[in-house]
Amino acid sequence: MASKAIHAYYDDDDVLMLAVKRVKAAKHHIEEVYCPFPVHGLDKAMGLAPTRLAITAFLYGCVGLTVATVMMNFIMIEDWPQDIGGKPSFSYLENMPAFVPIMFELTVFFAAHLMVITFYMRSRLWPFKEAENPDVRTTDDHFLMEIDIHDNEKELKDLLLDTGAVEINIVEKNSH
Amino acid sequence: MYKFSNKLKIGSFILMALGILGIAIGFISAPSTVEEAKAIVASHGDGHGDAHGAADAHEVAASGHVEAVESHGEAHDSSHDEHLLHQLQNKPWAALYVAAFFFFMIALGVLAFYAIQRAAQAGWSPLLFRVMEGITAYLVPGGVIVFVILLLSVLHMNHLFVWMDADVVAHDKLLQGKAGYLNPTFFLIRAAIFLAGWIFYREYSRKLSLRQDESDDNSNFKLNFRWSAGFLVFYLVSESIMSWDWIMSVDPHWFSTLFGWYVFASMFVSGITVIAMVTVYLKSRGYLPDVNNSHIHDLAKFMFGISIFWTYLWFSQFMLIWYSNIPEEVTYYVTRIADYRLPFFGMIVMNFLFPVLLLMNSDFKRMNWFVILTGIVILAGHYMDIFNMIMPSTVGDQWFIGIPEIGAVLFFAGLFIFWVFRALTTAPLQPKRNPFIEESRHFHY
Repeated sequence: MASKAIHAYYDDDDVLMLAVKRVKAAKHHIEEVYCPFPVHGLDKAMGLAPTRLAITAFLYGCVGLTVATVMMNFIMIEDWPQDIGGKPSFSYLENMPAFVPIMFELTVFFAAHLMVITFYMRSRLWPFKEAENPDVRTTDDHFLMEIDIHDNEKELKDLLLDTGAVEINIVEKNSH
Repeated sequence: MYKFSNKLKIGSFILMALGILGIAIGFISAPSTVEEAKAIVASHGDGHGDAHGAADAHEVAASGHVEAVESHGEAHDSSHDEHLLHQLQNKPWAALYVAAFFFFMIALGVLAFYAIQRAAQAGWSPLLFRVMEGITAYLVPGGVIVFVILLLSVLHMNHLFVWMDADVVAHDKLLQGKAGYLNPTFFLIRAAIFLAGWIFYREYSRKLSLRQDESDDNSNFKLNFRWSAGFLVFYLVSESIMSWDWIMSVDPHWFSTLFGWYVFASMFVSGITVIAMVTVYLKSRGYLPDVNNSHIHDLAKFMFGISIFWTYLWFSQFMLIWYSNIPEEVTYYVTRIADYRLPFFGMIVMNFLFPVLLLMNSDFKRMNWFVILTGIVILAGHYMDIFNMIMPSTVGDQWFIGIPEIGAVLFFAGLFIFWVFRALTTAPLQPKRNPFIEESRHFHY
């Protein structure tokens, strides 16, 4: 594990995009990029794998639909099939239109909330979590690219300066 | 410039010829006397007894509140036979009407979509404007045919609209109460005004669109924007009234407040589907080089979203009536579930489950064959939707998807293809001077 990393600062997202493409072309591994706002196309330029959150949301929705169906079937049809205002509670299908609003809402509820929680867990976000940004300016107006150094400090520095970096720092990385 | 491929042209002629044959067979085999009608039902061998119960209930519902129940025996038998004869006589007419309206509504749905794109100043769609204009060209022949069918109904050539029959109205308090609105003259005047308005906007907007290509400023574009916004207001009102007139009034005892929206959703999603299918076809033939899979993706998103919107309205209408179960409203669904179980619930699968599961994935929405496959199912589903609206009150339990129905669909499909693709040859497929054309060419999602 490298113990030193290089931090290159940029002050424009277009310059950053070009720099990322140059660094990728030079076959360096970009450890992380910190941005104050989403930069369109950055994930593609960095070659990040597409997110699978939508797939999890679909599966959570299926769970929600199942929960609603099983719950309403047990309560309204199996456990105590009362006659409430003449609604046919002989089988689930016969009374289904009355359950559809609940089935719909629980599907959306499960899909939305479980997906958000999945997002928090995968992105390691929770209250009282210690902030990880290496420089406060990256939350305001600067972009930061972090690359690990493997005995190629000079070469990397030249490359990054060439891409339009406004500031370059060498930092000791404390392994986390 | 698009060149109408010979294969497609011949194909459309074959469809029209086969269709005319099917329609003619339908009219020839329709019974003209009560005896013939009874013979047809008997020869089909399906339990007349079974059908009797449902038809009986329907009879009571349809002829309203026939007071005198005294001479129930014989009088009822003969009135039942009369009813059966009318249903069988209606079959070829209803088949023709459903198919004529279905293809007309596709063109009208595309026109609404087109006007929305113009009024919203959408940046992605100007590349597809010529495709939409090509499809809306069908408004003229399609509208004329629908109007002629309505005119023939008013002239008592058929029994599609029971309120047009003066004898029925004379014995029906409810229809007498509605006669101020549902009377043949006013009905035709309304239809003429709506058709004129829609066709006028289409022709004028097309003219401005073509003129914009040759102009050196954007005045035509701005004028088109204003007309499109104005058209949408007119469309919203006229479409709603049209759906009461042309569709809901085949069931003149029944009413539903969200019916106009429901019909709108059906025509909107069919229209968008046809835009996507024609675009995919033209692109596969090498026209529309600037259309990329992001445009297809956007159209598929609309197909997906509006399919769900249609289902929402369908369910809202169904559930509200099912839940409260008021006799005067619920007969609409009782007859459909009793006599049309498969088409009625089958169309939910075709119009909702199928598109939702197939078009949910973002990658699938970019694949041409996926869009075409889903499009075919959606179009068939919305044909069934119109079928389910018209048939139960015109032919009742005598429905069947046979030669007259398929013939009518083939004929109008052929006419639609011929007219639309002929219109596409009349102008370059890519607008030249649209202010948003550059954005549209580089559209990427």
